[in-house]
Amino acid sequence: MISNLINRKILTLLKVQYSNMLEYRVEIALWAISGIIPFFMLNIWTNNNLNESINISDIELSRYFLCAFFVRQFSVVWVVFSFEEDSLLGKVSPYLIQPLNPFFRYFAQHLAEQITRFPFAIIIAFFFFIFNPESLWIPNLGILLLSIISTFFSFLIQFLIQSIVACLCFWTEKASSIERLLFIPTLFLSGLLAPVVSFPEYIKSWIYLTPFPYMIDFPANLLSGNSTNVSGGISMQILWIVLLFPLFKKIWSEGTKKYTAMGS
Amino acid sequence: MNTRKYLNVYKNFLHTSLASELEYKTNILIDLLTAILSLIGSIFLLSIFFQSNSSIGGWEFKQALIIQGIYTILNGITNTWFNPNLTEIVKHIREGTLDFVLLKPIDSQFFISLKKITPSGFLEIMLGVCLLIYCIKINQIDLNLGFVILSLITIICSIFILYSLWFFISTTTIWFVKTWNATEVLRSFLYIGRFPLNSFSFSLRIFFSVFIPIAFITTIPSEVFLGISQLWKILLEVLVAIVFLFTSRKFWLFALKFYTSASS
Repeated sequence: MISNLINRKILTLLKVQYSNMLEYRVEIALWAISGIIPFFMLNIWTNNNLNESINISDIELSRYFLCAFFVRQFSVVWVVFSFEEDSLLGKVSPYLIQPLNPFFRYFAQHLAEQITRFPFAIIIAFFFFIFNPESLWIPNLGILLLSIISTFFSFLIQFLIQSIVACLCFWTEKASSIERLLFIPTLFLSGLLAPVVSFPEYIKSWIYLTPFPYMIDFPANLLSGNSTNVSGGISMQILWIVLLFPLFKKIWSEGTKKYTAMGS
Repeated sequence: MNTRKYLNVYKNFLHTSLASELEYKTNILIDLLTAILSLIGSIFLLSIFFQSNSSIGGWEFKQALIIQGIYTILNGITNTWFNPNLTEIVKHIREGTLDFVLLKPIDSQFFISLKKITPSGFLEIMLGVCLLIYCIKINQIDLNLGFVILSLITIICSIFILYSLWFFISTTTIWFVKTWNATEVLRSFLYIGRFPLNSFSFSLRIFFSVFIPIAFITTIPSEVFLGISQLWKILLEVLVAIVFLFTSRKFWLFALKFYTSASS
């Protein structure tokens, strides 16, 4: 009964957000295009034969960067910006009265956006294969399924981290600058610009303990069929989700207690 | 008489926007930290590229640092002036407040491009200048009047080209209304301005010199710094800057003819 209700709520939310997102197709296409940095990086790597020193062939590297592009497309999170705007404009108040955590709304928004984004990402991949036909490959079903799961976990990790930052809006009003600060290590350490195997030893020794390599590098390696520790990676992803979720619950309940509506 | 009026207005712009930005003091501090981390991150990425190669596209590490320095300065200028102002155009058009701008007895492009200022970008500019001074030392560049004048001219031209690109993209919202992330696409393309143009493949090099003149924005000023730039390249950059500035102005005036206020 209860699960049925939750299901219906989530389905309705998803449907509403999906039709909302479909209205902004051009905008989402532009977002998809703005994620093509990994391809420029690939160009630098292969054009200067930088991959020889880390023992990755050209084809493996191009698959890696294509997968990094895909993983990034389906794990982009912007909840802090939406929440900040809603909380500055006082829109959070009506959401708080509803018998549903407002973050479900944002969650549905992100999922709906990913569905809308899917065709654009496929088109970009299609062009990539036209220019690099030798790197075409078809991952087997098991790997594909596993990498979809790990991409979703990567999205969950980033969604939880950003939701925790978003809750800081209850204290500071402008939490998006904290998110911009956190984005810098995400950009450079997640493997979006360079695969983690190429990092110097003094970074590699501790980076696998942080959540960063599990955001892009691990799912991308998995999907591209490069050698990677599958069970270790997925369990680290689950560990981070399990660690972050109670933290989010805690900060959310503290924050809502502190929340005062506009004009109080 | 006229310039004095504009200077006066600009003084007031500075005063009001600084006053409102300084309301969020911790925000500025966090932004400063972000700028420092971002510079460290890009030098880290560069050091990965140079791990086993002594030069990339004909640039040594210490020479490539000059490009980083110039990129950092230009990025600081973007964050201080272009980003806060030109993303506002979209808001003006969506909410119909562009009417109020057009009705003012002042040039609309002037008002829209210089109204706001984000002080945290200053630190980025300063960081870039420090890096450049360091580069002058390690590359043993001798400072003389000709060098200073030439490098200043090329950097100013880069700023104009960058401004025109931003302004051009923002102006298109008069037709498309909700494409505020078109500037994000530009941002992601500009990202490759951190690397020497020669490190990309031939086709990308052509693309980034003709369609989006990133070559002119960072590579030519860096070549001037190293004293390896030919005179025709500098003259070409000046010409490109003038053409860009002129067309972006014409394009704005042209686009305004299509502006139909919010409810018409």
